[in-house]
Amino acid sequence: MFVLRRLGQSALTLFVMSALVFTGVYAIGNPVDILINPQADQAEIAQTIARLGLDRPLWEQYWVFLSGAVSGDLGKSFAASVPAIDLILERMPATLELALMAMVIAVVLGIPLGLLAGLKPHSWVGRSIMAGSILGFSLPTFWVGLMLIMVFSVQLGWLPTTGRGPTLDVLGIPVSFLSWDGLRHLILPATNLALFKLSLLIRLTRAGTREAMLQDYVRFARAKGVAEREVVRVHVLRNILIPVITVVGLELGSVIAFAIVTETIFAWPGMGKLLIDSINVLDRPVIVAYLLVIVFMFITINLLVDVLYTALDPRVRLKGAR
Amino acid sequence: MKQSPRFLHGWALLLCLASIAHSAITPAAELRIGLSGEVTSLDPHFLAAQPNLTVARHVFESLTDVDPQTRLIPGLAERWRALDALNWEFNLRRGVKFHDGTELTAEDVAFSLQRPLSIKGSPGGFASFVRAVESTAVVDKYTLRVRTKYPYGALPEELNSILIVSKKHALNAGPEDFDSGRALIGTGPYRFVRYQRGDRLELARHDGWWGRRPAWDKVTLRIVTADPSRTAALLSGELDVIEHVPSADIRNINKNKKLRVMQTTSWRTILLHVDQYRPQPPGITGADGNPLARNPFMDRRVRLAISKAIHRTAIAERVMEGLAVPAANIVSPGVFGHNAALKAEPYDPEGAKRLLAEAGYPKGFNITLAGPNNRYINDEQILQTVAQLLTRIGIITRVEAAPMSAYLGRVRKEETSFSLLGWGSFAADLALRSLVATPTPDKGYGAWNWGRYSNTKVDALMEQALASVDRPKREALASAANTLAMNDLAFIPVHHQIVSWGMRAGLSYTPRTDEFTFAHHFTPR
Amino acid sequence: MSMALSPRQEFTRGFARDRIALAAFWVLCLLLLAAIAAPLITPQNPYDLAQLDILDSKLAPGAKSAAGYTYWLGSDDQGRDMVSAILYGLRISLSVGVASTLAALGIGLVIGLIAARAGGWLDALIMRIVDLQLSFPSILVALILLALAGQGVDKIIIALIVVQWAYYARTVRGTALVELRKEYVDAAVCAGYGSARILLRHVLPNVMPPLIVVATVQVAHAIALEATLSFLGLGMPITSPSLGLLIANGYVHLLSGKYWISFFPGIALLLIIVAINLVGDQSRDVLNPRLK
Repeated sequence: MFVLRRLGQSALTLFVMSALVFTGVYAIGNPVDILINPQADQAEIAQTIARLGLDRPLWEQYWVFLSGAVSGDLGKSFAASVPAIDLILERMPATLELALMAMVIAVVLGIPLGLLAGLKPHSWVGRSIMAGSILGFSLPTFWVGLMLIMVFSVQLGWLPTTGRGPTLDVLGIPVSFLSWDGLRHLILPATNLALFKLSLLIRLTRAGTREAMLQDYVRFARAKGVAEREVVRVHVLRNILIPVITVVGLELGSVIAFAIVTETIFAWPGMGKLLIDSINVLDRPVIVAYLLVIVFMFITINLLVDVLYTALDPRVRLKGAR
Repeated sequence: MKQSPRFLHGWALLLCLASIAHSAITPAAELRIGLSGEVTSLDPHFLAAQPNLTVARHVFESLTDVDPQTRLIPGLAERWRALDALNWEFNLRRGVKFHDGTELTAEDVAFSLQRPLSIKGSPGGFASFVRAVESTAVVDKYTLRVRTKYPYGALPEELNSILIVSKKHALNAGPEDFDSGRALIGTGPYRFVRYQRGDRLELARHDGWWGRRPAWDKVTLRIVTADPSRTAALLSGELDVIEHVPSADIRNINKNKKLRVMQTTSWRTILLHVDQYRPQPPGITGADGNPLARNPFMDRRVRLAISKAIHRTAIAERVMEGLAVPAANIVSPGVFGHNAALKAEPYDPEGAKRLLAEAGYPKGFNITLAGPNNRYINDEQILQTVAQLLTRIGIITRVEAAPMSAYLGRVRKEETSFSLLGWGSFAADLALRSLVATPTPDKGYGAWNWGRYSNTKVDALMEQALASVDRPKREALASAANTLAMNDLAFIPVHHQIVSWGMRAGLSYTPRTDEFTFAHHFTPR
Repeated sequence: MSMALSPRQEFTRGFARDRIALAAFWVLCLLLLAAIAAPLITPQNPYDLAQLDILDSKLAPGAKSAAGYTYWLGSDDQGRDMVSAILYGLRISLSVGVASTLAALGIGLVIGLIAARAGGWLDALIMRIVDLQLSFPSILVALILLALAGQGVDKIIIALIVVQWAYYARTVRGTALVELRKEYVDAAVCAGYGSARILLRHVLPNVMPPLIVVATVQVAHAIALEATLSFLGLGMPITSPSLGLLIANGYVHLLSGKYWISFFPGIALLLIIVAINLVGDQSRDVLNPRLK
């Protein structure tokens, strides 16, 4: 019942979003102007507008779009004349790979560091971790990206500057992290993207740890004589893990969105860069398709996280059982 | 003492093995090029955009070719001539092979000239290049006759843009078939290996090519649109060549011993269109803020004052870092119809102020300068600098920069009166037709004449040039039309861009005015 | 017997305990002052085209200008003095950030209070919209809005407001709900006081302190978001560049050694964001009852 309701909500969201974006994009400029042959004359310009259906009234264009969308056809890209959805799906694996790698880096580094900072908040270790996290939180991604390229690629020459490494097909999806060369291309952009979330996770874990350490059950365990490490592992960690995991799940969507900036700097061939390019040349079908795909992904992720949270949190489960 | 034969045999065997091993482990000569524009489709007839044409021209070729100085040279057609005012004959090279081994015939050419007209859904196709063609006739395997609707001397130039595909493979093929490589069979020096949209195109040498054997077995065309990323990739050695070296990095790359920069004047000319048809154009007000009695741009003295106020050498040196040549022509130096006698207007702010006062604007006035911010080299900076320079002589200028898409939208809605444009052409009469001719939709004149400048004398000369199938006569007419238009300041020319390539020091390239980057023209030094 | 401290004194004491946060606070004050006083203290108005000279462009820090003053932090590619450009940019970054945060705060406050007081279907509807809005990353929402609306200072502020209001609405609603359950509210209702009065005089003062802390940090977030949008080319127009746009403009010169055009605005941006975050962090820690 719960799931059905959420699905219904999602469909409504999709509809509203698509209408909003479609109307908005229509209002800016004319894609033909960008992409037309410079030597073309007015007659050809008019012909092209008619051919692409750009002179029809707004609602008619939207209707055509909507009826196509239901069957999976989101229009053809103006610039490439291939279905917009194909363009997005082609670039999705690259973005997902980058986003997931960034999340992995953020989690693998963030939770332990945050734990450490929470356990020893006033030591120099704890304070420097916090200082680092504030920097990571505050530095603009694009600036860090260029600094990273300058230091690691241009000056030191350890890592490649741009692009994605060679890919292998796994279950039909091209991935690049399975080869050493692919990993080398992935490290800098993934780290750049991970920085913000890493700092967030450190702060979150630290705050959670500090609160948990002050709880009665921890004091009780200590009084019982349980070793510190046990205390941390069994009580503190488990209790902070649930909210942290929920945040990680929700932030995944945000990471995919923020990848737009990273993809632009590192010339990573993902969806985000496609969006920016499409905005610049007003490739309407691609913009709308991207948004619909992203909305769909977010709604799915949120749904999954909700379900997971319900499953994990015993309090909620118990209540539901009554 | 004599060496035993077995010993000698042993050495011989060792040498043999060594040479075999050497050739086996000698790496294939590979060239990695960083392109600056987004490639949207591999279909050579789909979209007339430079990035698409750059990659397409590695795989396909056209009837006529263009040398690095934009002069027409034979391509797939060995020679051509005008039989009379309306009929042309093209003689194809013999023995030209497609990548699948079949031979190029006039059938393929006729098909390729027809195909652009049948392309659906393109926002900017090639139909206009074959607009003048009425019909084609295959005379024999290697000869094609083309009949035009009206006398048209520019036909060979126009046909340069139509790439020849294999009729067998391209019949009923759409853009998807080209993107997947299935229909990507051409006669060019390289053949398709792999394409990853937005990332790279991998090519391998076509050993059956009729031209001089290219030096590279393997070519990778990488798409790196972000300027700093492209430079960084060259500096780190990841790419062997990059096109369009960002102006900020030219000096750096020149100083680097492992790299070099090759450059030449590009065909792209940056100019400012001024509204010459509305009595009260938008964005123009008097120094007191009220609308002016008449349009100041319609007075040639005001246009000349603006031209005098633009410090072209400062822009070339400071803004473009040397990547510009002050302009006075509609086309770049060396291009068909260029008049070398026309000199760029020297910087003369005092003279400009005097002219303004003479024209009745001693206190100057306010205007708005509009332009793109993501299309031409340093376009936004040029706008700001021009604004600064004009403000100094009393024309207080506001800048409105926007992404090209939004900017063109505003221009077409006639919301701007002072607008920046960049134009590339390899013939002055073709450029005049688009930029200066009195706008006439049914003839296709003046599609980009935003200021609606109208001069019947210029129109007449231009038409005569275009109709003239005698090349030297045509050039003289085109040059005359160009001179007339420029002296009357149909628009205000700023500069011709300089196109540059950055490459590792061991490479050489003859820089091309048409800005194309061709792997097969790079050679090791 | 020791004197009980007033809440404000308690806060100040607690805050000052962390020296770094204290230092950050003073840096913040200094930056704010400099930004407000910019027209008075800078040698040049970098947006008055008549004061610029293209021949003075890209000069290294310390070079002298034709007009006699020194370009202490160098000049940019149009000949603007970096110190002036940074201070004016700081003004713009701060005003955009603060204006949008205040407006979002106001809107979120009103909507949150209404939702909490009204309850029922109105509350549910509002919260559904809030949840929807919050499930999308801010950058995406802002990007689409700006792609649709085009460039302009007003449009950026609107985009930033749209991105932030939901967060405040949710926080306010949560806190207000807790307050509204308290006994004194029942008493006030019995006494015949209207909703508005209850909300304004009783609930609001209790909701504000944590909200202000959150808002402080959000200003930093808004500034950073605006910088990113300007970098992507969808942000401030060049006629009123914020720090983000200054960095974006100088970005192309980094590799060629003219680092000052991008680096110093970057440092300024960093300082302001870090300072705000440190102050906000410490405030939140001090106010958090669970950590006492």
